[in-house]
Amino acid sequence: MSVEPAPRRERVTGEPRRVRPLPRYRAQSEIDEQTALGGAYVRSLIRSQLRAGLTAFAFLALLAGTLPLAFAALRSATAVWLVLGFGAYPLLTLIAWWYVRRAERNERDFARLVEGRPAP
Amino acid sequence: MSQTYAVVAVTVVVLATVLIGGFGLRISRTTSDFYVASRTVGPRLNAAAISGEYLSAASFLGIAGLVLVHGPDMLWYPVGYTAGYLVLLLFVAAPLRRSGAYTLPDFAEGRLESQAVRRLVSVFVIGAGWLYLVPQLQGAGLTLAILTGAPDWLGPAVVATVVVLAVAAGGMRSITFVQAFQYWLKLTALLVPALFLVLAWQDDGRPSVPAGFPAGVPALSIANSLGRADHPLYATYGLIVATFLGTMGLPHVVVRFYTSPDGRSARRTTVVVLALIGGFYLLPPVYGALGRLYASELSLTGDADATVLLLPDRMIGGVGGDLLGALVAGGAFAAFLSTASGLTMAVAGVLTQESRGVRHFRLATLLAMAIPLAGALLTTGVPVADAVGMAFAVSASSFCPLLVLGIWWRRLTPPGAVAGLLLGGGSALIAVSVTMSGAVPPGWPHTLLAWPAVWSVPVGFLAMVLVSLATPARIPPGTHAAMTRFHLPEALR
Repeated sequence: MSVEPAPRRERVTGEPRRVRPLPRYRAQSEIDEQTALGGAYVRSLIRSQLRAGLTAFAFLALLAGTLPLAFAALRSATAVWLVLGFGAYPLLTLIAWWYVRRAERNERDFARLVEGRPAP
Repeated sequence: MSQTYAVVAVTVVVLATVLIGGFGLRISRTTSDFYVASRTVGPRLNAAAISGEYLSAASFLGIAGLVLVHGPDMLWYPVGYTAGYLVLLLFVAAPLRRSGAYTLPDFAEGRLESQAVRRLVSVFVIGAGWLYLVPQLQGAGLTLAILTGAPDWLGPAVVATVVVLAVAAGGMRSITFVQAFQYWLKLTALLVPALFLVLAWQDDGRPSVPAGFPAGVPALSIANSLGRADHPLYATYGLIVATFLGTMGLPHVVVRFYTSPDGRSARRTTVVVLALIGGFYLLPPVYGALGRLYASELSLTGDADATVLLLPDRMIGGVGGDLLGALVAGGAFAAFLSTASGLTMAVAGVLTQESRGVRHFRLATLLAMAIPLAGALLTTGVPVADAVGMAFAVSASSFCPLLVLGIWWRRLTPPGAVAGLLLGGGSALIAVSVTMSGAVPPGWPHTLLAWPAVWSVPVGFLAMVLVSLATPARIPPGTHAAMTRFHLPEALR
């Protein structure tokens, strides 16, 4: 009796998982490969983020630069107590909140640009 | 004042710190846990931890003391500490997180590809960290001595021991829980007594806070050596520049940003931090103002730093005053412990940069704490606010140019960075050391040297820019890749 020997059990596995997904969009591969066009994309993002930071910083610097002079001119301790003791903190948090919204919007716009989606 | 309640409160805070640290030990397993809590800390927990770490002895005790002695102009201190976080958010938070570096030296090396810059930054970070640790330990000594009559060395020794145990045991993972707990503890410890104090003030017929101050400005009080008296307006600007720009470079502040999962959450965390520390800073001025009314003689004895600790007993007295005083004492200890653990964490992280591993980290923790402890025990009478202000001025003139130009300017070169660090940070350090030695005549020279940030920050920036422009051949080849990594959102990588 010639029975064919049972074939050896073989383990079948899927293809190895990619560690890094391939770039999905043309602009993204431009960035990844550091071409001139990719560089221009990144520069535009950096510029828009820097502009957001500088806008908020200019506002802060204007306040911090003029307030000591204003206090010296007013000579009113009550004004100093009110502005520095209470008013300053909500304002600082508001500036921060405005900046974060703006910075995240810049990043969303950039992602849209890279993925080739039209602006809403 | 009864000592028992205060001793119990301090003991409870110390035990809670050790226990929560021990809880972290059970879940802190990997090297990544130790250094960056595996980069998994969400914005709310992380914001409480960052705030808990940031509100140091200078915030908890120092501000009220300064307001007591010098009046409302001193409120620029807390405003500056808060605004410094805003500037950090605007220019540093997200890119620094995305840089993937762990410490400032890591950042410098990754951006500039230079071992020399890395070593120089390491020296500055360790120096600034130790400079900032000494006043935390001395504040602990002062608190224990005033509340319980313990010898001066006991407070520093207790804080140093607890911090080394908590940090070495669980690293960043457990420190995150400890510090988040300590933020809420510090807030409660100032808020609850403040409510009672304001009620007592109302019962007293709401006397108004004196704007001027009784004659006889103290000879040796905390802030006197800061040289405000000569040119107060210039001193105010010096304070503004140092605190606004110095915060971003403080070693314990920078390290915390690596515990956020990504750049976007680093940004959002910072907004919550601003709200949390802003909320906290509403309280110390209340103590300062009430101190001017009810404890004005403290400014004459040079014990103004103790205003917050002594007010409950002064204004309320009895068992209630004792209990509230004990709560404040516990909060003050939380302040020393949390800031000291963050700094120890940061210094140990830099010390072990050659060989990262849990065992090395634990040894480095000992070293990171031993030297400032020796400093705190050997030097006495260096005021809390002075050493802290010094660290801010040095950080603003060295780390701030390095971070801002490194993140936003492509033409920065290693020689430029070295020149800026040495000229800006070095001149600020020398100026403040010379002032503290007392060899400067009063008048403009004294004021200029005591408040160096107004000129030393431009010096640092200018030196960095000019020397970089003069050495264009030394622009690191990886600059474009580094800038792309700093600014590209994680989703697009």
